[in-house]
Amino acid sequence: MTTTVGSPVHRTNGLTRFQTVLRGVVLALGAVAFLFPFYYMIIGSLQAEPDSSLAGAFPNPANLTGENYVEINERIDLLRGLVNSGVFTAGVILCTVVFGVLVGYALAVLQWRGRGVTFALALLVQVVPFQLLMIPLYVLIARDYGLSDSYLGMILPFAINSAAVIIFRQYFLQLPRDIFEAARIDGAGELRLLWNVALPLVRPALLTVVLITFIGPWNEFLWPFLITKDAALQPLAVSLANYISNVAATASNPFGATLAGAFVLAVPAVTLFIVFQRYFTSTDLGSGVKG
Amino acid sequence: MTTTAARDIPRHSPNRTRLHRVLGANPLGIAFSAPYLVFVAIVFAIPFVSSIWMSFHDFFFSAPGADVDHAFVGLANYQAVLTDPAVWQAFGNVGVFLLINVPLTVVLALLLAFQLNRVVHARTFLRVSFYVPYVTASVAVVAVWLFLFGGDGLVNQLLGPIAPEPSWLVNPVLAMPTIALFVTWKQLGFYILLYLAALQNVPKELYESAATDGAGRLRQFLSVTIPSVRPATLLVVLLSTVTGANLFTEPYLLTAGGGPNGASASPVLLVYQKGIEQGTPDVAAAIGLILVVLVLIIALLQRKFVGGENS
Repeated sequence: MTTTVGSPVHRTNGLTRFQTVLRGVVLALGAVAFLFPFYYMIIGSLQAEPDSSLAGAFPNPANLTGENYVEINERIDLLRGLVNSGVFTAGVILCTVVFGVLVGYALAVLQWRGRGVTFALALLVQVVPFQLLMIPLYVLIARDYGLSDSYLGMILPFAINSAAVIIFRQYFLQLPRDIFEAARIDGAGELRLLWNVALPLVRPALLTVVLITFIGPWNEFLWPFLITKDAALQPLAVSLANYISNVAATASNPFGATLAGAFVLAVPAVTLFIVFQRYFTSTDLGSGVKG
Repeated sequence: MTTTAARDIPRHSPNRTRLHRVLGANPLGIAFSAPYLVFVAIVFAIPFVSSIWMSFHDFFFSAPGADVDHAFVGLANYQAVLTDPAVWQAFGNVGVFLLINVPLTVVLALLLAFQLNRVVHARTFLRVSFYVPYVTASVAVVAVWLFLFGGDGLVNQLLGPIAPEPSWLVNPVLAMPTIALFVTWKQLGFYILLYLAALQNVPKELYESAATDGAGRLRQFLSVTIPSVRPATLLVVLLSTVTGANLFTEPYLLTAGGGPNGASASPVLLVYQKGIEQGTPDVAAAIGLILVVLVLIIALLQRKFVGGENS
């Protein structure tokens, strides 16, 4: 992160101390507003009796239990759901990266007929929202291809990601031309050039794209919800949503169990983004968006 | 697109040269792009055309392989859509949503990004905590909001006697604004990052010369910061509008399917209900197309009025 600190001119402005305090207050309030629901998720998931009073926002040793996690795991198989989410997400990321790198490289480095049209198409595709395509896609994939209740049916609509294509193109464009020329003179084929020369140079970008792509399928609800009726194949987001809308009413502590499930669903994504936070910064996004 | 200059092609044989003339210097580019283009056809072009076709025909689900005739019905599906009060209500709801969500997103994201950009300590902690809701599944955080905004939830406990009756999510007037608030909170972190990127590109000299001219902090913010991040503002407005127009998960889960009495139903929720649940995909396709055309018009207007002269 490049840090821009207030320039000396600002510091001599007189109001500095008041403004520093104000800034601290604004940012702290923001952080609390963003983080409190997550804290409350953990607290709520550990309560034996749901306590929505003010005191309930603090841990109470007399009211602590792990029972909610057992309860939700009996209603929806958490591990199974996590595995399904993982397969769905991994499939989407793999397709996005493989197809995205190939097209991005072709658009940035190679000269071929149809390049301009392909680039225009990659931009155009992003304008049309998924929701418009949802019903025909459902007819096509579930009815015509018979792919409902399968990983392939879940992955197919997300297999290509035109935003990723644009980002990869942008990163490949930033590489100096000379290295490609040199490698070509040495007799390297394009595929080897891509694999041995270009890809290692854009490795940080690769991680950023993987992170951004991860959010989509891991958190996606609508499409897998439409395409999977078999509970054994549902990603965790779908089975938890079904629990919230159908089953929760009959549970002994519906809030505790729901929040326990929510916590299990949230942990992988949040952990990933904390561990790899330096690959998800404004600079990464900025260069992607400007593409 | 003109970044790579055409190169001299090694002329091995006349045959090869002709091939290059037709396909370009690196025909391999076509092979590299083929899988992508095939997928664009399958998951984008075919469904897109099929969506338009469906909306003008009597379409219903039939057994796979069965050869059924889908009659051309002209504008009948559109007529069914436009005479349905539930559709008008859903479009009105999403209008309310956008009027709250988009301005709130722009103001809060710019405010927090501006402050975050000038902070020295705890920068990473703050940045990460701002985008944690964005990277978390809607389904997971919806669960907490249900708990927080329930009838005797923490929010109402805090408000005490001034808590709304009926409570937030079951109140016909407050249900949609509560959803708008939820989505603003959930997505804000992403827009803060976009604004941060834009703020880091504002030349410091602009602030310095403004200060030399005697401009105070507020004046500097208004006449340097806001104009400088205008392209980012346009992007935030466009993205939050498109995201908002596609609202589905939140009304489906937070207000149990767009309740109370359709007060928080969204067009995409109707597309799901009519297309899948009620088995009228033709009507659903018509709703989808109307939605997309409306969003396109709004986006063009936003581009004109927010984007400024050089957009």
